[in-house]
This record gives sequence, structure tokens and C-alpha cells, in this order.
Amino acid sequence: MRVNFTVNGRKQEADDVWEGESLLYVLRERMGLPGSKNACEQGECGSCTVRLDGVPVCSCLVAAGQVEGREVVTVEGLADFAQQRSASGCATGACGTTLQDARQWSAQGTDSQTGEGAELSPIQQAFIDAGAVQCGFCTPGLLVAADELLERNAEPSDADIREALSGNLCRCTGYEKILDAVRLAAARQEETV
Amino acid sequence: MATTGTPTNITQGSKTKGGIGESTLRPDGTLKVTGEFAYSSDMWHEDMLWGHTLRSTVAHAEIRSIDVSEALAMSGVYAVLTYDDLPTEVKNYGLEIQDTPVLAHGKVRHHGEPVAIVAADHPETARRAAAKIKIDYAELPLITDEASATAPDAILVHENRDDHHIGHVPHPNIVHRQPIVRGDADEAAKRADVIVKGEYTFGMQDQAFLGPESGLAVPSEDGGVELYVATQWLHSDLRQIAPVLGLPEEKVRMTLSGVGGAFGGREDLSMQIHACLLALRTGKPVKIVYNRFESFFGHVHRHPAKLYYEHGATKDGKLTHMKCKIVLDGGAYASASPAVVGNASSLSVGPYVIEDVDIEAIALYSNNPPCGAMRGFGAVQACFAYEAQMDKLAAKLDMDPVEFRQLNAMEQGTLLPTGQPVDSPAPVAELLRRVKTRPLPPEQQWLAAGEQADVRALPGGLSNTTHGEGVVRGVGYAVGIKNVGFSEGFDDYSTARVRMEVVGGEPVATVHTAMAEVGQGGVTVHAQIARTELGVTQVTIQPADTQVGSAGSTSASRQTYVTGGAVKNTCENVREKVLEIGRRKFGSYHPAWATAELLLEGGKVVTDGGEVLADLVDVLEDEAVDLELEWRHRPTEAFDLRTGQGNGHVQYSFAAHRAVVEVDTELGLVKVVELAVAQDVGKALNPLSVVGQIQGGTTQGLGVAVMEEIIVDPKTAKVRNPSFTDYLIPTILDTPTIPVDVLELADDHAPYGLRGIGEAPTLSSTPAVLAAIRNATGLELNRTPVRPEHLTGT
Repeated sequence: MRVNFTVNGRKQEADDVWEGESLLYVLRERMGLPGSKNACEQGECGSCTVRLDGVPVCSCLVAAGQVEGREVVTVEGLADFAQQRSASGCATGACGTTLQDARQWSAQGTDSQTGEGAELSPIQQAFIDAGAVQCGFCTPGLLVAADELLERNAEPSDADIREALSGNLCRCTGYEKILDAVRLAAARQEETV
Repeated sequence: MATTGTPTNITQGSKTKGGIGESTLRPDGTLKVTGEFAYSSDMWHEDMLWGHTLRSTVAHAEIRSIDVSEALAMSGVYAVLTYDDLPTEVKNYGLEIQDTPVLAHGKVRHHGEPVAIVAADHPETARRAAAKIKIDYAELPLITDEASATAPDAILVHENRDDHHIGHVPHPNIVHRQPIVRGDADEAAKRADVIVKGEYTFGMQDQAFLGPESGLAVPSEDGGVELYVATQWLHSDLRQIAPVLGLPEEKVRMTLSGVGGAFGGREDLSMQIHACLLALRTGKPVKIVYNRFESFFGHVHRHPAKLYYEHGATKDGKLTHMKCKIVLDGGAYASASPAVVGNASSLSVGPYVIEDVDIEAIALYSNNPPCGAMRGFGAVQACFAYEAQMDKLAAKLDMDPVEFRQLNAMEQGTLLPTGQPVDSPAPVAELLRRVKTRPLPPEQQWLAAGEQADVRALPGGLSNTTHGEGVVRGVGYAVGIKNVGFSEGFDDYSTARVRMEVVGGEPVATVHTAMAEVGQGGVTVHAQIARTELGVTQVTIQPADTQVGSAGSTSASRQTYVTGGAVKNTCENVREKVLEIGRRKFGSYHPAWATAELLLEGGKVVTDGGEVLADLVDVLEDEAVDLELEWRHRPTEAFDLRTGQGNGHVQYSFAAHRAVVEVDTELGLVKVVELAVAQDVGKALNPLSVVGQIQGGTTQGLGVAVMEEIIVDPKTAKVRNPSFTDYLIPTILDTPTIPVDVLELADDHAPYGLRGIGEAPTLSSTPAVLAAIRNATGLELNRTPVRPEHLTGT
């Protein structure tokens, strides 16, 4: 089957998709977007988290056909997504994304395939600065989930962060530096208000 | 080539000096946060096929026949290979003993053993084709524990063993045995006022790295193959792969692809040979990516263990003697079992002074899943047991458990049971003091937010199983000792190639090693070392491949020591060459070129007094200095096979933990509130990475304390829980605050005084949590992981 959808603001068309293929497989193997990771492919680890019409989902659990006509944001588009959100008068990130907003969102100015040339989003930079990246396999999913948390809640408590990221497994870091990174991104967003 | 994201050079221009001791950031960080970093499962080639492995559904059986005709006939299937299709007489591989078949022949020895491989144009086609392969199994009796393995009439897991351990093991179903006898434990026991005995069980833990086993094999025009793969040691893989393919090593070119964690689980081969075989057979690139289910069968696990301990102490709290027997289940194939036995036995006493010991460690062959390397490597199981014993002794003597440990703590100069002196700082008592004197987290912290209990901070969390009633707190301590590097006489060297030249008007260093970056941060540290030694800011780290000499394994906490040492050594030699060029060109202008100690700093040649003699740009001009050198640490020696005596280890690493837990005694649920750690790292080359390693290791220890276990059905030897639904690793909700206290007491024998750090925090974390749960509940708890039924008695 053919699936038409938007990935990181760019219209995409996937042909010859087998009905059993997941959104994750289509992103990774057909779109050339391997940023979403294939760690468990059973919805347990969160490494493949993307936003589907603004909502964080495990892309391994979404059948490719379900995304027909919808908007997907992956880690490759996260920087642009955050920048666009910030430019639309929502610098704290606390204004949330309605379905309508998410549908109107589109990438501009950079290569939406790779994110190359884009400034990093605050959460991406914070992950690097706080030492929250080790092997990095969990990182894309955590970034998408953490970015969505900060969009909903600009000043999350530690308990809020733990709750929001409880669906994302990390085997390397012990999570402490991931907490640091989310706190750091939140603090930096506050400074820029 | 069309491989996406073929590993690329990483150049990090540093705004700061970025030398050792600074928390410089990962050079691969930006790639990793943007999704551009190419992991082994991201490799792609335009006309590639997908490989899939058919695995045995039974644990022990004769293979009567294999019928692949239906699979081969399927549209989209390019190859189906079994044992009969292997191209050479070499059909087995192995880290130490070549006992592991590339594909099962004659019989299968464990559940999930590879039997056949398929290449097809879509991964689902490959899976469906594999499902059509018909295998006729005749099941055999199972070896599942020590009793069944060593029974006089026991069926042999490996008939016709001819490895070098067979001469000194009491039964062919024992892979390796290491006794250690020092002093006279029976005589010393007579001086003991109290004696405690314990029997402990350590469950089978999995590395559960997130990046699944995967890679891409591309046939090359010269009949060889290029392999892009995630591994811990490229050259060890190469040594095992080439003979099976019937190719000389130079025709198997390996490049490290992004590694999504390892923790020991990538020391053994998984899909490497299979992908190469399929690529060579079909003439097309072949990618294999395990899913999570298969990953649980694709790598070896931590040895489950039974440990029998006896300790004695005088009434004033001095240890008199220790006797122990450690039985490790190595499963169907040897993997790293012999070395794990060496570690478990030589570190079975822990970081304590005990002069009279009687020790025996063995590893079994069985039909359970194969076990091998995992972070802590034999020292973890022992630490779990000896720390429980320390608490039992302290309780019997009515002493404080920390003071009791401190009273018997090893110091610099203490002899290990192998007779080897610990000839570097051993701050065991100090590490314990540091975790003990930290302020405790507030009681009933779930009330901290206000009057209303925040259930998220309680055992059971959002399941809302308690509001604090029936919840009791406990505090527990543990400390451990881990060796660093490969022991027992292994030639544990590393190689580094360093090039220095002027690029774009700036001096640039290029570092090329075969070190596997598995997330630990070696690439960060290598750049720091090059900056420190060569005085440049720009350092390029080339991708690890087999075009440069071996770096040894990224395991045993050894890489910063050994490959870091190799980079340092090569840089020092490059520096000398650069200074020679400088002397040649400028020596006549200033006497200091001949007389002073010269350094490279800030892109200049300077005297140790700080006087600038020349710019590196002017010294080098269009010359390049390029050296590839091997580097070795002090040699070690094998343990005597009867007495266990010998200077077997290179270096030691020490960590202590204090665990604070809250237990819901009604439901048997545990919340670890805090897990404080103190560790001596010798010298923190990158403090940020050091803390990250310590927290990560601590969390894996927490995991095996309360949730992680591969459950093998004792009746069928089948794995019951090969998924992240059923094999639980700690989430961010299960993991507490982990305050880290880093001590830096230099080891004079090591580069910069550093100590390997990656494993030590995994040792004491588990027994500290267990001690805290015992402290909270009063239960004995002699197995790990602790499950709710162990706490509620149901």
C-alpha cells in the first residue's frame, strides 16, 4: 500500500508498504530517518518515541497505515519544531500543542531529513551539557518525551519528570544526568522569558 | 559506498583547553541528540537483503534432520544456510575455547541456539521463511545444575573435550576450576569466637543494552567482506570470524558502527559470522538486526551462582578465616567462564584482611543459556555473598556493620588470597566512612510535598497501593573490590596511531585506535589526552576499525587505562619527533632547545619555565608526524592451578554504597529511596563521565537486587521471560537519587594515576540494597533479586 503523511514538516509518500509494517520501520527503512531507535519494538522502552499529531507515541506500536494524512515529528525534526514553537510566541514552551497547532507546524530553512544546519533545541543542548548522553540509544526517544513534557509543564518537579519519562528505558546513565538535563533545559527556558 | 551514516571522523574544536581533568563534552553528543549518529542497526545499503536466524525451540536434543526446501522455495528468499553449508573445516568459534558452533550440528545444547540462517528481501519474508524450516529433534536429558552436571553417569554437554582445562577439572561438565589455599583455614577457625555460614543464590542477570545486536556485511570485489558492526573488540571478532569464513584476516575488514551499550554482552559473537556467510553466499549486502526477543538469546548473560560461605571472627571483631565454594553456571558454551572463575575465586574474600582461606570456584557446562561477561565479571556474585556474611558477623558480635568492615578493611600492602600485594591505595575504610557520614534523606519523604502523601514516592508508586501504612525504612552498606584489566597473564595490550600536522593553519592531532566506543566515553578521553600531551585544541578521532592494531576489549574497566595509556604513550613519542624537527629547524636560535625540558602547550613549544620557543605551525610546516605504537601495562601471571597463588591482577578499583530503602511489608514492594556511593577513581580524567559511569553501574546493581532475572524453567531449561515486558530493568521511577563522592588517590603504576571505574559500582550496589531490605524487614534474604513473595512469605 501507499502511505502519505508528513514527517518533520515535509510531505512524504511511502510505496509498497506491507500492511504489517510499523511506523518505526517506515521511518527507519523507507524514509531514511533512523533517529527513532529500534530497541525493543514492543512498546516497552520508549526509544522509538515520536509525536503523532503532537502526541508522544511509541512508533513501533503504530501501524504504518494509521499515519495516513497525519503529522509526525521525529528527533531529526525536534530542533526545528522547538524553534518554531518558540518563534510562535511560546518561548516558555508552556502553552501546549493543540492538534490543530501540530497540524499547522512545518519545518523551515533546514534539511528536515537530518536536522543538519539546525540549532539544537534547548533539551538537546541540555542533554549534551549535563552528560545525559552515553551510548545514546535511548536519547532520541527521551528527547521527544522530555520536550513534550517541557511544552506542557515549564517547571516540572522531579516527580513530574520521573513520571513523564517512566516509559523510556536507559541502561547506561542511571537517569540522574537525564534528570539534570531536563532541569537544565527548564531553567534555561525560564531565563529566556 | 551507499551505506548510510558510515561512521565518520569526529572532529571536536574545543573552546576550552579541554585537557585531562576537565569535564569536556562528548564529541559524538551532537550526532546522538539529532538522530544522525549511525548505530549498527541503522546501516543500510541500497540493494541489501535481510538476514534472520532460526533458533532451537528445545534446550537439549539431537538433530535428526533439517529440511529447508520449503523455505528456499519462497519468493524473495535468496539463501537458507545450515551447518552443512559452512565453507571450511572450521565450524566452531569461541573467546577462549572454540566450542560454539556457528550453526548447530548434531545436537543443540540450549534453548535459542542458532540452527539455520535465511537471507531475504524483506525482514518479514526472512522470518516467515525461517518458520518454514522443518527440524526433527530427539530430546536428550537435561543438565541444569551442579548435581546433574557432576553425577558420575551424567551425559556430557560437550563430548570429546580437548581444551586445556580438561586436565585439571574433576568432571568434563566443569569448564574450569580454581582453588585458592592460603594459610590454614581449619586451624584458624579454632581461634574464632563466632562462625557464620551462609548459602547464597545469585540470579541470571542480562546486560539488556538497548541497541540490539545488528550489523551489515558487504561482500567485496576481492572475495572478502566488509562488516559494519557493534562489538566490544573488533580484533577479537576478526580472529574468530576469518577462520570460519575460510578467509585470511586481511580480507575481513571490520568497522565499528555505533554501539548502543554493551556491558560485556558484546564480547562474544552474535550475528557477525551469520551476516558474512549470507553476504558471501548471495553476493549481496546483508543486514541482520535482532529484535528484543532474539537479543535475549543473542548474547551471553551474567553467570547465575550458588555461593557457600563460612567466616569466623574473634569477639573483638577480627576476621579469622574464610572458606567458600562458588558454583557458577556457565550454560552450554564456555564463553568467558574460565576467566570469570579466576575473578570469582581471587576476589572472593573481598576488600578484607583474611590470612587463612580455603576457596574453590567452578563453572559448569549445562543446558542453560550460555553465560559469560557482564559488568563486574565474577566479582559481583562474590560481593553479594561476602557482604551478606559481614552483616551476619557484625550482628552476631553486636557490632556496627560499618565499623566491623572498617576494622577488617584491606589497606595498601594487604595480600590478596592469591598472595599478591595490593600495591596502590586501597581506601576501603575511608570509602565506607564517606557514605556513612552523609546525611540521611528525610524520613517519610512521600510527605515532604505536604500533608497529602505523594504516592509517586512510595513503594508501588502510581499503582497507588499504599499511602504509607505498612511502610518501613532500612539502611544498608556494602563495599567491594574489582580487578581492572585482563588478568592471569593475558597479554592485555593496546595500540594507538597518532598523527600531527598543520591543517588550515592550525596544528591538528588525529587519533586512530580500534577501541570500541560503547557509550563509556573513550572518544572524549582520547581527545583530552591528545590535547594535554600535544598542546593542540583540534583533535580528530577516527572511526575504530581493523586498519589499525588491536585496542583490546572495551571491558574489564580497562579501556581508559590501556588504550588511554596507548594514546598517551604514542602522543609522547609524537611529541619527541615534533621536538626533533623543532631542534633541527630552530635549535641554533635558543639554547633552551637543547637544555630545557620542553612541552607542547597552546599550539606552541614552551620550556618548563613557560618560555615560548616556537609555534607548532612553524615547526611542522608541511611535515606530518605519524606513529602507530603498541603499549602494555605491567605483566601479570597465571594463578597456580592447585594453590591459586600468583600475581594475577593489574590494578584494583574500590566502591562503597549506602542504600536507603522503604518496604511495603504488606505487598512486598520495595522503593529504593537513595543509593549513595563513594569510589576511588585514582584520577578523574573527565569528572562528568566518571560520575555518569558510577551512577549507571550503581543502577545495574540496583536492578539485580530487586527485579532483574532471566528465569529459566528448571524442567525444560527454556527461557521464560525474553522481553522487556517480563525481564524488568529499572526505569527512572525505580531509580533513586545517586549522590556520588569521588576520591582521587593516584595509582602510581597507571597513566595519570587513573583507575578503571566502570565495574566497581556494580558490585556493592546490590548487597547494599539487600542489606537495607534486611534491615527494614528483619528477613534473612539469601537470594537476589528479591521478589515480593520473598518479603511477604507467600
